[in-house]
Amino acid sequence: MYKALVIGTSLGGLEALKAIIPLLPKDFPLAVIVVLHIGDNQNDSFIRYLNDISQLFVKEAEEKESISPGTVYFAPPNYHLLIENDKTFALSTDAKINHSRPAIDVLFETAAWYYRQDLIGVVLSGLNQDGAYGLLQINDLGGICIVQDPENAIARIMPSEAYKIAKPQFIVPLHQIADKIIELVQSQH
Amino acid sequence: MTSNQDKQEKFDNIDIEIPLILEAIYQKYGYDFRRYSRSHIKRRLVHRLAISNLESISQMQDKVLRSKDFFIELLEDLSINVTEMFRDPEFYASFREHVIPNLKTYPFIKIWHAGCSTGEEVYSFAILLREEGILDRCQIYATDFNRKVLEVAKQGIYSIRDIELFERNYTKSGGKSKLSDFYTMKYGSIKLDQSLVKKVVFADHNLVTDSVFAEVNLIICRNVLIYFNRDLQNKVINLFHESLSSSGHLCLGSKESLKFTANENCFSNVDDKQKIYKKSLSKSCIKL
Repeated sequence: MYKALVIGTSLGGLEALKAIIPLLPKDFPLAVIVVLHIGDNQNDSFIRYLNDISQLFVKEAEEKESISPGTVYFAPPNYHLLIENDKTFALSTDAKINHSRPAIDVLFETAAWYYRQDLIGVVLSGLNQDGAYGLLQINDLGGICIVQDPENAIARIMPSEAYKIAKPQFIVPLHQIADKIIELVQSQH
Repeated sequence: MTSNQDKQEKFDNIDIEIPLILEAIYQKYGYDFRRYSRSHIKRRLVHRLAISNLESISQMQDKVLRSKDFFIELLEDLSINVTEMFRDPEFYASFREHVIPNLKTYPFIKIWHAGCSTGEEVYSFAILLREEGILDRCQIYATDFNRKVLEVAKQGIYSIRDIELFERNYTKSGGKSKLSDFYTMKYGSIKLDQSLVKKVVFADHNLVTDSVFAEVNLIICRNVLIYFNRDLQNKVINLFHESLSSSGHLCLGSKESLKFTANENCFSNVDDKQKIYKKSLSKSCIKL
């Protein structure tokens, strides 16, 4: 049974997330955990906006917070977000990875360790190769990997690299990603 | 077996091996990482394993028990050494507004900067205290368990690479002059004015295994507790409570919190958002 959905994106991420998160139904049984690169900026207002237009509760992930299904968590700006083996969040101020903090690779790798085959990983529009290594870890440990079709991504590099390196099971245009996720979740019943 | 099963078994084994190597390190060298955030430790060890010629964490354990040099390398992997000048400038602005007026009422001020790493924030505080006219009245203890980073902190020499970020942070923090008034530039590096740390004692202290060493008016410990599990966080907060003079201040990192810790009630909020706390009067802490 899938327990978590992890999503990584940078440039073009606001638009891409707006096309996915609000379409997830109120009884969506997975925790959704997102890394969005936004440089030195805060993302409070985007989180509030997304919360207003979504059926799921959207918030920033907190240190030691317990991870709940049906909730969307964002990595706080300037911290890496990790999944602990007691299903809580950990934060770190370690060096940037792929010029990014939070880095998608850090979330994906630690999520793959904890959730194994119960995980769906998604790489969306973005400008560097962060996420490719992490998505490969998800694939290696039995999770399902989805990459946004680079053809219609605002920034192609991130999904292209993830496609090349992680060999995802699905490559999907942005407007069909939410449906694909829901289909995967429903098909296991 | 498929290769996926191999990989899954490898990680099953790693989860068994990590507590064992941490126990070995503690028994042999006295450094205690057993109650650190496990995912942080696991990332560091797994990445060290990937670039080594070792086959497993068990082999790494064998090597660390027999080679002090290898232990020192691992210690670098396991410690947290990334910081910046005036990190979270909004915090510094709040500190200026809420804590400085109280500090100014003391003729002598003792400050403990715990987990100071390479010292960027020690210099940041020294600059702020000088601008407020009280640096000469302060005795600052800047501590870390890693002697190598303390050497860097003493030198106060940092790469020029991050200078724009430092300048930006300083301005946002409410800095009163120009950051460049406090450093000289040479060979791609900046060197902070050493008169800033005339009254700073840089010392080796381990929050996990060492105890109270002084009574202080202010404790700064930013982005250290996030690496500890809840149990260890409680222990260290208790240590801070014991070390603070009555109504002394405690400053944590912006994403750290006393919320849900055992001794939450022994402190009151000064600035909830910037994680500035004050030791409460007449409330005693639970001994852990």
